[in-house]
Amino acid sequence: MISNSDSNDVLVQIRDLHFSRGNRKIFNGVDLDIRRGKVTAIMGPSGTGKTTLLKLIGGQLKPDHGSIHVDGLEVPKLKLSKLYELRKRIGMLFQSGALLTDINVFDNVAFPIREHTNMPPAMIRDMVLMKLESVGLRNARDLMPSELSGGMARRVALARAIALDPMMILYDEPFTGQDPISMGVIVQLIRLLNDALGLSSIVVSHDVQETATIADDIYVLSEGKVVGHGTPQQLAETDSDWVKQFMQGLPDGPVPFHYPGKQYADDLLAGSEQNRVS
Amino acid sequence: MIETIRKLGRWGLGSFERLGRGHIFLIHILLGIPSVLARFGLLVQQMLSVGVLSLIIIVVSGLFVGMVLGLQGYNTLVDFGAEQSLGVVVALSLVRELGPVVASLLFAGRAGSALTAEIGLMKSTEQLSGMEMMAVDPIKRVIAPRFLAGFISLPLLAAIFSAIGVVGGYFVGVGLLGVDDGAFWSQMQAKVDFSEDIMNGVIKSIVFGFVVTWIAVFEGYDCVPTSEGVSRATTRTVVHSALAILGLDFVLTALMFGNI
Repeated sequence: MISNSDSNDVLVQIRDLHFSRGNRKIFNGVDLDIRRGKVTAIMGPSGTGKTTLLKLIGGQLKPDHGSIHVDGLEVPKLKLSKLYELRKRIGMLFQSGALLTDINVFDNVAFPIREHTNMPPAMIRDMVLMKLESVGLRNARDLMPSELSGGMARRVALARAIALDPMMILYDEPFTGQDPISMGVIVQLIRLLNDALGLSSIVVSHDVQETATIADDIYVLSEGKVVGHGTPQQLAETDSDWVKQFMQGLPDGPVPFHYPGKQYADDLLAGSEQNRVS
Repeated sequence: MIETIRKLGRWGLGSFERLGRGHIFLIHILLGIPSVLARFGLLVQQMLSVGVLSLIIIVVSGLFVGMVLGLQGYNTLVDFGAEQSLGVVVALSLVRELGPVVASLLFAGRAGSALTAEIGLMKSTEQLSGMEMMAVDPIKRVIAPRFLAGFISLPLLAAIFSAIGVVGGYFVGVGLLGVDDGAFWSQMQAKVDFSEDIMNGVIKSIVFGFVVTWIAVFEGYDCVPTSEGVSRATTRTVVHSALAILGLDFVLTALMFGNI
């Protein structure tokens, strides 16, 4: 258990996290804190395990070593029933939206309410309409998921994620593949919902500009470790070449443009040498 | 040589691991059955898509299988002057063997593959993962109702297959080939035993229903969550189900009728 003084401010505390898939090390001693009421971004290049980190926080994966505390509870050690109790207080927005494709928008948002409460239908209707209103899709309640655009599907999924009034929402790549208008809407919704509902938000993304506009705190991951941490302003002024390359999207730097191997000149000369011999 | 043995070992270990996963999965499904019974609507909904929507193929196939049985049976029996026994031949063939086996094979192709594809797509589009994060157990909410629906539907479909098959045999034998109407039905009534023939057929279809639906839901749940993975899982469902049905049919027939 984390101490009370920490638990007042820190909602998610991760210490010395190690996780591997087969022989591949995904996390190699990650420490991070997610503060209550804040929007915290987890950033890094593709394949650094950002989504895996969300699954570890949500208890869908177990770490090889280290601790993950959410609201004072050590997630990997929770029994399934306790884990499900915790998950009722966590909303998650999947990259694909993960809407149930055989039911309409209204029923998708009503799904967690019907599963976990005994509310009468009239009250469920009001609650669902309020959630849909907050994402601007109240009048799309009769549409099927196949009739929604990618941005609309994510907004419906967001309405579903807040259906049970969670304490925290996990966003998995919420901006990927969105047109500028949809992206603007989602950027705004994440910030507004976080502040209006008193949530804590974890946004996993590699879209630097959009994430930096709404995040209070950013962690940058690379090669299984936290390589940068701070506010967007602090990271923009960082001395770390790696973080600078990532934040500014520079094509060459500590992450080289060229795949490592032989020198170009040596490679060309080797070809000339072969021609001469033959 | 060593590499071949190593590959064989890896394949063997992988197969046993998968078999173990399948059995653990089955235990989770069985533990989820009480929650399905508590929410009867989920079961009814799945019986509609798994059972009722398979009815057309079962009825049409049953009719043709019965008609072919009538024709073939007549041509064989008439050589011995025993064409009056056509009803018995058609009925016994259907209730003991063809009803459970052919209905199960059709069920695996129609409903089993659909179950695998549906569950596999739910996995690849993160719907199952999304349910877990909403604190809803996908095995109780998605898998167990489908399993139970398949388990209940197949024996009913096999019974319908046999009944329609008998009608098909009657149509060809009595209607087209001139077998005596009374002999067709009376010999069938006299020779087909309820516990020996019909119940053994029912037991077969219950076993096949259990195995086929288990294979179908497991393949969907365990598939690689890509389009290629779902396609392979669907193929595996049909192939494994067919092999399981035919293999189990021999074992059950040997136990029931073989005096082994």
